[in-house]
Amino acid sequence: MLAYAAKRLGLSVVIVSVAMALLFCMIYLIPGDPASVALGPRASEAMKEALRVRMGLDQPVWTQFWNFYSSAWRGDFGNEVLSGRPVIEVVLQQLPYTLALIVGGITWSVGLGIPLGCWAAVKRGSFADRVVGVLSVAVIAVPSFVVAIYALLIFAVSLRWLPAIGAGEPGHLGDQLIHLILPSLAVGLGWVGYIARMVRASMLEVLEAPHIRTARAFGLPDALVTYRYALTIAILPTVTLLGIGIGQMLSSAVFAEIVFARPGVGRLVYDAILTRNFPVVTGAVLVTTAFFVLVNLIADLVIGALDPRVRSSF
Amino acid sequence: MSVLAIETLNVTFSTEAGPLHALKDVSFTVPERRIVGIVGESGCGKSTLINAILGLLADNGRVTGGRILFEDGNDLVGLDPTAMRALRGLRISTVFQDPMGALNPVISVGRQMVNIQYRSGLSKSAKLARATEMLELVRIPDARAALRRYPHQFSGGMKQRIAIAMALMMEPALLIADEPTTALDATLEVATIELLKDLQRKIGCSVLFISHHLGVIAELCDEVVVMYAGEVVERGDVRQIFHQPKHPYTMRLLECDPARQTERTRNLPTIPGEIPDLRARPRGCVFAPRCTLAEAICAAPQVERDIGRGHRVRCVKAVSPAEAEA
Repeated sequence: MLAYAAKRLGLSVVIVSVAMALLFCMIYLIPGDPASVALGPRASEAMKEALRVRMGLDQPVWTQFWNFYSSAWRGDFGNEVLSGRPVIEVVLQQLPYTLALIVGGITWSVGLGIPLGCWAAVKRGSFADRVVGVLSVAVIAVPSFVVAIYALLIFAVSLRWLPAIGAGEPGHLGDQLIHLILPSLAVGLGWVGYIARMVRASMLEVLEAPHIRTARAFGLPDALVTYRYALTIAILPTVTLLGIGIGQMLSSAVFAEIVFARPGVGRLVYDAILTRNFPVVTGAVLVTTAFFVLVNLIADLVIGALDPRVRSSF
Repeated sequence: MSVLAIETLNVTFSTEAGPLHALKDVSFTVPERRIVGIVGESGCGKSTLINAILGLLADNGRVTGGRILFEDGNDLVGLDPTAMRALRGLRISTVFQDPMGALNPVISVGRQMVNIQYRSGLSKSAKLARATEMLELVRIPDARAALRRYPHQFSGGMKQRIAIAMALMMEPALLIADEPTTALDATLEVATIELLKDLQRKIGCSVLFISHHLGVIAELCDEVVVMYAGEVVERGDVRQIFHQPKHPYTMRLLECDPARQTERTRNLPTIPGEIPDLRARPRGCVFAPRCTLAEAICAAPQVERDIGRGHRVRCVKAVSPAEAEA
């Protein structure tokens, strides 16, 4: 298991490095001069030249890349253009809100998707199975910002059950959780459908496996066979799917944060793009990438923990 | 006294192309402490028979007639699922064909063996001790450590021995062995057969042994049931079947056994033709379309006849040794 974890970790470092290189290329190739953008149209040539030197833009491209790369690994993405605060500080301040949103989204999708998929597989061909099938496709088809707006209109505006905007009072956990319900539903609802369908399909496959017949032939209770013997295997593709799904959820989080006026990385990037605050965009994108890679690393480790065959193939 | 008595068992599957009569009037018994072999080519209904006994027929399969009497005359047909499950793994155990796929890949061998004992009322450590004892009995080296390992960490032969250990752990009255050696190579096959025979004597259970390997059947079994296209065509003790086969199908099957070839040949003998479509069974003898000895009389429905000392044949042309002399 340790060797498996070490290999996966090494691979993650490589992936983050490649992502950094790609990001550098994109920044480098974007038309326009960062110094003129930062200083605005009325700045003199001398001022722009001075800022270019300060930002290292007069150096050869390889030196620029090395500077970017080495400082990024240290967590230094430069300073925000407007306030001059370090970018990493700004991003890390917003990150917990987005993390809470993603974890909430996963809770919805896993909490509803796995039981529904399991239930549909066990009751294969029944009316319940068909209802789950239709609902799954329906929630997959609805974009998350539509869910966000309708959830807001129904539960916050019409019924007044839940608060409409904000992230709740800082330091008050209950209030923050209540504020999290609707935005996380918007982020996770589509994934209820994906996961239900995935779990149903892999459950049906596993339930046909010879070892399930063996388990039944030993008279093991149905619940033990379904949930321990079959679901443990059927869940594996879902863990991988969820690792990739986090990327999608991160992009849905942008909409949810804007619709519900929550702080968060998505909203930060959105505002930074509008104000051409490029160091913030770079920093936020890199932190998000690192988070995405980390989640996939965790997904791989979870699979390793669940499946001894994966563990020993490394 | 028989452990298992199957009486005119009929199983039908509903398919899109109409009902498929998979087992027709199957009757045989498995006496106490005896090993009964079932032999027949692929698709003859061996697996359907096991599933019917275990109550694990697919959703579209149904017992349409007959009885499956187990131990003290309990009819397994129509037994409610809870009562059936209470028998499975406790009184009737099964070893399946494919040792690679028959054990759960993500649960350790020890945990699987402990789970099987969930009805025993023993403590966890007593269950583990029992599991260790069984693994030692099937000669798994370092049994205690083996409990912590997963199926993929064992070789095919070891996995099959573990499956046998699991099946016999609860000391069942009947062990159903569904081609347990087919996936193993020849030397392992012999070792596994001997182990099975040895354990059967120790535990004193009966065995229903399914195989298409005639040599294994001859070596291991006391009695043999020959199946063809979902029917029992001939049954009797192992000597009657192997030395005096009376049904043309049994005769052809024995001729086709590669082990019986005495001369070098490029072409092994085969039985021309195929198993009939079970959705449209012939009215008469089910083997007649492939039988070289078939006559007009074979188009009439066949009944099973006792031609002496329990040797039963479903063929009008079969004659008893006494009749043959007359």
